[in-house]
Formats: sequence, structure tokens, C-alpha cells
Amino acid sequence: MRITCPCCGARGIAEFSCLGNAPPARPADDAPEAAWVDFVYFRSNPAGPVQELWQHVQGCRSWLVVTRDTTTHAVLKVELASGAGRR
Amino acid sequence: MTSGPQRLAEGGRIDRTTTLPFTFDGKTLEGHPGDTLASALLANGIRLVGRSFKYHRPRGIVGFGVEEPNALVTLGQGARTLPNIQATMVELVAGLEARSQNRWPSLDLDLLSINSRAARFLPAGFYYKTFKWPAKAWTAVYEKLIRRAAGLGRASHEPDPDHYEKTHAFADILVVGAGPAGLMAALVAGRAGARVILADEMPAMGGRLRHAARAIDGSAASLWLEATLQELTSLPNVQLLPRTTVFGAYDHGTMAAAERVADQLPPGTTGELPRQRYWQIRTRATILATGAIERGIALPGNDLPGVMLASAARGYLHEHAVVGGMRPVVFTNNPSGYTTALELLRAGVAVQALVDPGPRVDNDTVVALHDAGVQLYWHSEIAAAHGRGRVEAVVLADDVGGKRDIPCDQLLLGGGWNPTLHLTAHLGFRPHWDPHLQAFLPPPEAGDITVVGAAAGRFELENCLADGLNDAVDLCRRLGFDARTPTLPKLQESGSYRITPCFAVAGAADGKAFVDLQNDVTVADLALAVREGYRSVEHAKRYTTHGMATDQGKSTGVVGHGVLAELLQQPMAEIGTTGYRPPYTPVAIGALAHHHKGHDFAPTRKTPLHDVQAKRGAVFFETGLWLRARYFAKADEDMAAATIREVETVRSKVGIADTTPLGKIELIGPDARTLIERLYCNGFATLQPGRARYGLMLREDGMVMDDGTVWCFTPEHFMLTTTTANAAAVMSHIELYHQVYWPELDVACASVSEQWAGVAVAGPRSRELLQKIVSQPDLSDQAFPFMAVAEGRVGGVVCRIARISFSGERAFEIYVPAGCAADLYERLMRAGEPLGVTPYGLEAMGTMRIEKGHVAGPELDGRTTPADLGLGRMQSRKKPHIGHALRDREGLKDPGRPVLVGLRALRPKDRLRAGAHLVAQGHEAVQANDEGHVTSVAFSPGEGCSVALGFLVRGSERHGETIAAVFPLKKERVAVKVCSPCFVDPEGARLRG
Repeated sequence: MRITCPCCGARGIAEFSCLGNAPPARPADDAPEAAWVDFVYFRSNPAGPVQELWQHVQGCRSWLVVTRDTTTHAVLKVELASGAGRR
Repeated sequence: MTSGPQRLAEGGRIDRTTTLPFTFDGKTLEGHPGDTLASALLANGIRLVGRSFKYHRPRGIVGFGVEEPNALVTLGQGARTLPNIQATMVELVAGLEARSQNRWPSLDLDLLSINSRAARFLPAGFYYKTFKWPAKAWTAVYEKLIRRAAGLGRASHEPDPDHYEKTHAFADILVVGAGPAGLMAALVAGRAGARVILADEMPAMGGRLRHAARAIDGSAASLWLEATLQELTSLPNVQLLPRTTVFGAYDHGTMAAAERVADQLPPGTTGELPRQRYWQIRTRATILATGAIERGIALPGNDLPGVMLASAARGYLHEHAVVGGMRPVVFTNNPSGYTTALELLRAGVAVQALVDPGPRVDNDTVVALHDAGVQLYWHSEIAAAHGRGRVEAVVLADDVGGKRDIPCDQLLLGGGWNPTLHLTAHLGFRPHWDPHLQAFLPPPEAGDITVVGAAAGRFELENCLADGLNDAVDLCRRLGFDARTPTLPKLQESGSYRITPCFAVAGAADGKAFVDLQNDVTVADLALAVREGYRSVEHAKRYTTHGMATDQGKSTGVVGHGVLAELLQQPMAEIGTTGYRPPYTPVAIGALAHHHKGHDFAPTRKTPLHDVQAKRGAVFFETGLWLRARYFAKADEDMAAATIREVETVRSKVGIADTTPLGKIELIGPDARTLIERLYCNGFATLQPGRARYGLMLREDGMVMDDGTVWCFTPEHFMLTTTTANAAAVMSHIELYHQVYWPELDVACASVSEQWAGVAVAGPRSRELLQKIVSQPDLSDQAFPFMAVAEGRVGGVVCRIARISFSGERAFEIYVPAGCAADLYERLMRAGEPLGVTPYGLEAMGTMRIEKGHVAGPELDGRTTPADLGLGRMQSRKKPHIGHALRDREGLKDPGRPVLVGLRALRPKDRLRAGAHLVAQGHEAVQANDEGHVTSVAFSPGEGCSVALGFLVRGSERHGETIAAVFPLKKERVAVKVCSPCFVDPEGARLRG
């Protein structure tokens, strides 16, 4: 598998580490507990495109949001995660 | 000079000037360079090469290459024993030692052939229905018997002494298969300037061109082949990889291949070469030119030695000048069988008859066969083959229903061709059935794989060449290379391909008609599977094990599907085929592991203080990612004695320990403090420059993730330390939060774990020792109290020093740039000698921190909250931080949660074990009584007994109670007293002053 890092170009999978499916936006500190439970524990698991958080640990150390199809393994989009937690 | 009764006087591509001696089952035989073990055995008239898996029936050579199901041999001796190797893929070398398998005491007399008599009790699926009763007999009796009787070859239990390599390669176009289509494609792409890798599993490239009798461009095919290979070799952008099997297709253009580098060299001459090389190839596109493999036909007796695939007979004839029989009968439903019969005839073989289940054919080949006296039968079948241990005659079922014997010594089967489409299936592309070709075809484009030639169902030679050419030109242009369309070489005309469906003959279910030779699966077994409800192709496969042997059904899989289609009265297109997964052929595990074995399994990480510690008797061990000093042995000390001495010396004088692997992270910027406040659960708003503070980092779910210290140099410059094991994880964690959630924070973070190396200096004389060599700062108690930090100088070099203690004694940690650490260590040891300094290792460090109740990895297992650790009051309620939001969940406030306690063994001789569980005294050691567990243990020299840390339900209320620590795996039960986790200096007086 290869991921095209926006900073470094196309690199082999061994340079990256996957955290898992990208979480929804991080709730406000005083948000109700239910919103926090959602953020910490629940993710959807679709057959098809999914957004994942990967870090280019052996390169630029950027956190990336990778849109990847879980059935075909095709990588559809790679963007810097910076600021993605606010959306 | 030729060798062996079945070797023809002329022809073949062997070197007749040299003979190679080899042994088979101890018997010395001869062959030639260019032979495989299989061709050499055939040349020597050896027909019996193995016994089948289940029934131990005598078996001979059936195929020519990787489709061979029967001729599995064991090569080599001792640690180099290689079981289950196909004789057809072994290149003959002088001194080769091969042994047949699965027979005892010998191939000729195999006592386990008794299984054949018991065949009706051993049908498919018998494993699921027998050996069930009585239940205890399984381990005592059945399993042992089955292990001895089952399996084919026997592996050596010794470590593999050979070494293997892994290499990466990059290509614009990977061409898999160097037959006509592949060679044409490689030529086009190579001339266009693309980076080409051409791989073929055979030692010599050319595929079927090596056996082609037809002329290409007016001269022999072999000349065209030679010229093409020469040109390819001369192109600098083309890499040729013979003996290389591309065994797997993976995501995003990654292909895996295994190259046999040294197996074909005489033993002892391989020098520095790896035995095999594992290639990981990244390619922009792949051309699959893997050809097609012939399949047989299921008929009773089709496993007798002497039954062979027609294409195999052709291969042995042209490549090795070997024939398997002098009076064969050919049973074929397509043109290739006819060509084989004619070529054998021309080589002097007396073809007895050619039998075709299809309608009459009229062409030049048929005329030539007829003129040579070969009997031709149409609309006819071979109903059975029989003989004593070998083919002696076949039964012809002719077109009017008559049956008669034809005496012969060989039966050649040509049941059709299966395109070798496995790599497309690896990527999930399902093949479709083509009724005209009677074959499963891959999609023409499968991801970035383009299929050409016979692999795409274009069986005629001229179409292979055209395919390779045209598809390569298209592909090159798509990839941006200027490909010229070369002239297509001219060939003699051949007939078009036509085939009559024939998978099993009439009555095959009544006799032993094999659909899987290696796993002994018959037509009757498939019929049984259908009767028992296993009707889908995937179920029938698993129930009967059809296609599950090491040959993976290459010559028989589709035959079984055809039988299934007939049994179920469904069209083949609906039956489908089972999937394929890598590897295409077996790959040595050594090749996949390559250098990752033994000492080189993972890189050895030494600290800069490795050598200076080794000099002083350090005994090292691997912990986490590092090689660290465990203890320092003096004279005859064992680990326990050394540790006790080190602990006593540190607590009474002074000791030095390497703390380099600790994680260290630099945070610099106006918002560094803000970031720290959010990362840790305790407050850092008041942490002043020149001070350090212990900190707990939580996960979002409230569990403790890591602990460490935060050093403040200036209001905008901090250094965090983490546990060694979590150094990388904490760094990624900080980067995640900074980049994703708080990008507005103006702070830079950098890992400096490897940039700063240093030691802990601990003990009552630690200050005295450091004052001798540290010129800056002032280390007196007034200037440098407990938890002070500073940047200073030691030995002319910058240092960072903090007065923090893991051991519980007066202690400091001092770090210098990594390259200067060894020098620092020497200075400390020299200055410390009059003070009685000792180096100490991780055992002593661990003992002391346990004595002080300092939590570490075993307590921070991801399931414990600050409150569980007795640090609940540390967690702030005044500031937002990671771990705050979910801290008040009911389960985390349950008063019944296990909390941190100390445990002391009642008897001085008792040893405690980490992982032991805690139960009340007198209670049985069962789960219902489980009240906690032991996390860290040590022998405390000060207390004179074993002490431990652990978690106990309502532990803080139970100090003084005696309970039991149980370890059922070793049947141990030790009485322990619950107490405070701090065994030494609970007031902390030794830390201060």
C-alpha cells in the first residue's frame, strides 16, 4: 500500500502509522457526557470510503486524513489533518 | 553420451557431454545439465516416485512444472532438509540427494497402502465423523496415530542455516511470464524506454517457444527466441529475472516475487550468495503473460504411474529428450493433444491410439497421424486405465458403445487449458467462464494488471505474439512512453482452437477417478459432498479438500468444478470457481523473514553508555526496544546478589544508573504552558522556571496513559520526560493534539530522547559526588532544593540537571549531549571512587522504585485511573484537560474498584510473582473470589523479604489484613500482608535536605 503524503510525495506504507477511523469533532470541554462518549467510543464502519487518521511517522510527522475505500483499498484522497478536528 | 533407458538419442536442450550423478532413495543414477530431477528420473526408467497422501497408492510423474501433484520429494540432509519439493522444479546438480516421501518402509513396499483397502471407510469428510469417541482417546491415542500417519514430507526441526535477502525494485512495467506474449511485451516496452522487469519462474526464458516446432519469420522459433533474449539483455532499462516466481499481487501496484538464487548450484559452491531473494516490486503497471496450464480428465485409474498430461510429455520430449513410455495412448479433447501425438511419433514413439470425445476432425495433423498408422477414435472416451502399479492397458469406449482394451504403457491426457489467472484473483477479480474455450478467463484489465496471450484465453501462438505487442504498445503510450509498433513476426498457419467439454468420463463415480491427485479426492467424493449438502464450489472444496494441496489444484481444480456442474445439473458459469490467494506457489518462510532472525530480528539499540558500563561488568538484556544494563556482576555474583549489593550501596552511599532511554520532549513557545496544562491532569500553571513537577497524562476515557516529569527552564521553554516504553507514543500523541485539535497554539515540539543522554546519581553522597565535577549550577540544598532543575555545565559541556528521585534517595538526573555521555560517566565513576560509588542497573532501579511505591509500566496498564493509583487528588477540577470529561462515570467511581496497595510476604523465604491474583485467606483460588492482582515484585534488602505492588478491592481500608497471592499455573499460594505501597522512608525525609 502507498500513501501520497502532501509534504513528501508517494511513500510506502511502512513509513506511516494508523490511529484508526477519524473521530468527529472534539466536543467542547463542557459538552454533555453523551457527546464525549460518542467522540471516544463510537465510529462507523462502512463498506466503502472511510476517513482515517494516519501519521507520517518516518517522514514529516504530519498527521493526515486519508480517505480510503475499505472494499477496494483504493486511496481516494490524502490531506493534512491540521485543523480537521475543528470541522 | 546419454543416460537411461527412456532418453532419446537426439534432441532436447540438455548438455550430453557432461553427466551428473545423483541419488534417489539411495540409488545412484545419472542425468545431464539441463535436466530436472523429474526428467532425469524418467530418463532412468523410474516410474514410481511417491505414495499418495491418504490411500498410499503408487504414483508417478504427471506434469512438467509447478502443476505437478505427485512427484514430491525430500532433498538434502539435516538442517538443510527440504520436504515436499516438486521434482519437476528441481534443477539437477551433481551430488543431489533426493528421497521419496510418505512411504514406509520403502516406496515399493509401503505398509500404509493398507489404507487403500480401507478406502470405503476413509471417504471425503471422514475426519468430521470419526475419532470422536471416547473423548479422552483423542489426546491419548488418536492424535498420536494420526500425526504419524498423516502428512507428506517430514521437516527438519533444526534452524535454517541458509541466509536470504529481501530487495526492493521499482518498475514502470512488470511483465510476468517470459513466453511469446511476455517477451513481445517486454521488447516493445524496453525499446520504448520504460523501466521493465521481466520475470519467469523457469531457469530459461521462452515458455512454449522452447518447445515450438513452428517457424517464426521463416526460421526456427529457437532463433527468434535467442535474438529476442539477446536484445532484451542488451537494453539497460530492462531487468531479466529468471527462476523468479511473482507469487502475489497486492494493493497499489505492489507485487511480491521469490527468486531462487542458489538452489541450483552444487552444494558447497554457493559462497556468499543468499539461497533465495524476496523481491518487493512497486510497479506502475503489470502485464500478466503467465500462459495456461493443461488439465487432465477424471477416469478410473487416472492416478496410475504412466498417466501424464499431454503437454508434459511434450515438454519432456523437447526440453530433455525424454519419453515416459514408448507405446502411449493419447486421450484429448482439443488440438494440443494431436500436436503432441504427432511430435512423439516423429521422435520415434509408437503412439497406439488417439481418442477424442468430440466430433471428427480433418486437418494436416490428423492426416499425418493416420498415415503413420495411429488409430483415431472420435465420439469416444477412455473408460478406465488399469495395470499392476503402472499403466498396462486402457479401456476404450467407442462411439457405438463398445468397449475393448488397448494395451499400452502410457496414457496422455489433454483435457483443456486453464489460463493462469491467479494474480488477478489476488486483487479480488473473479474470472468468468467462456463456454467456447471451456475455460475460466480473467477480465482483460484487472486493476493495473493487463492480461495477454494464453493467460487471456488466446491460445494460438500468433495471437500470443500479437497480444503481447498490441497491449504493450497501448500500455506504454498510457504511461507516457513513445512506443513504436514493431512488425509482427510471421508464423506458419495453425488451426483454430476447438474443444469438446470433457471433465469426467461416464461411470467415473463408480471407480477411483481422481479429481485431486495430491489430496486423494475422487469423483465419488464430490458426489458424496453434494449428497451431504455441500453443494457450493467453496463448500465442496473444503469438505473434500479438493484443490487444497500444495499444487492448489493447478491441473485438476477445474476438472472438479466440471464434475460438480454435472452433479448439480447447473451450467459452469453458475458454479463458478474458488478464489485464489497468494502465494501462487509455496515460498520459503526464510525468504519472507530474510535477515529478521535470531540476533538480527530487530535492530539492537544501545545507549551511548553501553561500552563504559560493559567495562564495569554490566550484564545486558533486551527490554522494550533497548539493550540495557540489568545488573553489574562482581566476582561470582548472580543477579540476586548483585542487585542486593547495588541497592544497599545506593541507599547507604551513592550509585549511578543509565537513564538515557527515557523519553524527552522539548516544548518551546508562548503557548507551551497552555499545551502542557491540557495534556496533563494535574496543574502546571504555577510551575516556575528552575523547577520540575511530576505529571500524569490521561487518555480521553480517563485512564492513565503515561507519567513523567515536566522541567521548566523559562516561561516558554519546557522539557517533558516520559516512560521509556511510551516515548514514541507520547510524541505522536502531542503532535496529534497540536496539529488536529489545537493548531492555534503557538508552540513547537521536538523529540530529544536521543539527543540528551545521561544518568541518575542517587544516594546520600550524590550531591557530594556531583559537586566535584559540576561547575554550574550551585548544587547546595539552598540553591538546588528537591525538584529544582537547571541548565549548567559539567566538564566544559552543557548539561541539564534536575533533583528528582525515582529511588527514594537524595538523587539527581543529569543529561549531556549524547556524544559526551560516556565522558560524563567516566568522570562520575572516577570522582565517586573514594565515595564508594557503584554502577547500578535496571534490577536495582526496579527494586528501589517498588520499595518506594512509585508506579511504572505494570501499574499503568491502561485500565487504571489516577484514583486507582492513589493519586486521585492530583487530578485537577479547575482546568480542562484530556481525561476530564469522562472521569465521573459511575464505573470509575465505584468504591469496589481495586486500588494500589503494598504487599509483604509473611515468610522471608517466600517469593512473590507478578501476575499472581489476590484472594482472601481461606478462599479458594477461583474467579469468583478474585479480589485483585500483583503488578510488580522485588526482594527488598531493607525489609528482608519479598515486597510487591498490586491492586486490591477496597485496598486502602485493608492495610494490616493478611490475604493470599495465588498463581495457579505453578500451583503457588503465598500469604501476604496488605500495607501502604511505600516500604522505605514514607515521610520522604531522605529526598530533602
